Amino acid sequence: MTAKRIGSWAVFILAAVYFLLPLVGTLEFSLRARRGVYSLDAYRNVLGDPQFQQTLAYSLILSVATVVLGVLIVAPTAFWVRLKMPRLRPVVEFITLLPLVIPPIIIVFGYIRLFNTASILPLTGSSRGTDFLLAAGYATLSLPYMYRAIDTGLRAIDVRTLTEAAQSLGAGWVTVLARVILPNIAVAILSGAFLTFAIVIGEYVIAALLNRPAFGPYMVWMGSNRAYEPAALAVIAFGMTWASMAVIQFLARRTRFTKV
Amino acid sequence: MVSPFSVRLERTLSLWLGVLPFFVFALVFLILPTLHVVIGAFTRPDGSLTLANLSLLMSGPILAALGLSLRISLWTAFLGTIAGLMVAGAVVRGGLPPVLRDAVMTFSGVASNFAGVPLAFAFIATLGRLGLVTVLARDWFGINIYATGFNLTSFTGLTMAYLYFQIPLMVLIISPALDGLRGEWREAAESLGASGVQYWRMVALPVLWPSLLGAFALLFANAFGAVATAMALTGSALSILPIILFAQIRGDVLQDPHIGYAIAFAMIALTGGANVIYIWLRLRAERWQK
Repeated sequence: MTAKRIGSWAVFILAAVYFLLPLVGTLEFSLRARRGVYSLDAYRNVLGDPQFQQTLAYSLILSVATVVLGVLIVAPTAFWVRLKMPRLRPVVEFITLLPLVIPPIIIVFGYIRLFNTASILPLTGSSRGTDFLLAAGYATLSLPYMYRAIDTGLRAIDVRTLTEAAQSLGAGWVTVLARVILPNIAVAILSGAFLTFAIVIGEYVIAALLNRPAFGPYMVWMGSNRAYEPAALAVIAFGMTWASMAVIQFLARRTRFTKV
Repeated sequence: MVSPFSVRLERTLSLWLGVLPFFVFALVFLILPTLHVVIGAFTRPDGSLTLANLSLLMSGPILAALGLSLRISLWTAFLGTIAGLMVAGAVVRGGLPPVLRDAVMTFSGVASNFAGVPLAFAFIATLGRLGLVTVLARDWFGINIYATGFNLTSFTGLTMAYLYFQIPLMVLIISPALDGLRGEWREAAESLGASGVQYWRMVALPVLWPSLLGAFALLFANAFGAVATAMALTGSALSILPIILFAQIRGDVLQDPHIGYAIAFAMIALTGGANVIYIWLRLRAERWQK
């Protein structure tokens, strides 16, 4: 028993060193911009860079658009499948899992060929159209997470009773969804939203290939042109990811308590 | 008069109307783009069917990139499976405080999504020529790790970076399977005189085997589709297959896109195949977890 426990501790400590060192290393490196002393110069440079502000703002707006698009597509379907068409469930589940199987680079390759200026839906012809295409691509990437989050939320409430109650009071389908179902699964939607945010905010491949001024391509550009600023960017990106994960954990814990 | 048929038709239509936006979206932004690429791999620019594009995969640089991608994916999947199993075993069944288990699981949830540009930056800041570990090894121990032949922009360096998301993914997948190993099995084995090694070799591993193989397949697919980490870490020093495809997509305005289609098809076939294996093995493994 003790030998086993010593072995476990050894594995754990080794893993902790491997996983924590890069985090410590990044933090330390990001403080080294001024020779000889630790300083926040790299952060000052990054935060003061108009490019940083613009690309981050762009990606933030885009992630909000992605979440809205994702919720609009997934929530009615998940609700409908649960209420009326349970036989469709495996099909919907299968489709929502596909983005985990098909690499994003393939999906964006298809977009570029399919929605070019010569096609019936020439989305890549204008920058608004390409923005929409990027949001659609991100909504596709987030399908597995969004669907799972919302479906879990729906499982926790009595969809049928709530719907019938609302209908007997004269509510139409849109009212049922928007004013009864969605508020009841708000926590689930929020956790799906933050997971989507964590994926979207630093995404590189799709944004770069669609040529949009997003945060991911900006980070890569910094990486090949500056020494210490990339580490500061990594710290900022990690911070944002961790913050959204913390929110998800908090939301998950809250639902667990309110359900009891 | 409304005929019963049209009533039924209307009901069916309104039934489907509820799921229409989802299916239209999935068709336009997921299924059709993928199909377009797959079909493109088997057609000529004029639309006629051919297998010639796939033979382009066998040409020098693309074949080399495919080989490199296979090696990095298999190798990091192998190491990730073993290391992830050890970490999961330590926190799930190793007698460590339960607090550590929660911490490891939460961290794994985050780190398994770390693949990307910041991860590459983190490794450059740690093991690059001026990185923390490189500098400390020099100042404290007088070791220049770059003189030993180590290079972050190499196969080894990329492996170390990939393991940062492979190991956590393995921990997340395998922990439920480890939870599924019942205490009674161990007691039964021990009461029949089995040693710890015998229990693992003859009871636990055979039960875990499908889960382990399935996890390996998933980790393989996970590494094979990754692009951003490798690009930000090595530039184009290590041409893995997705990087070649990336360059191809960027520069194919004038040339034939069918080389790109062929590469894309190879990627879908490999990641898709690995995922099918994963799902099939997971279904098998779940028989033991009931």
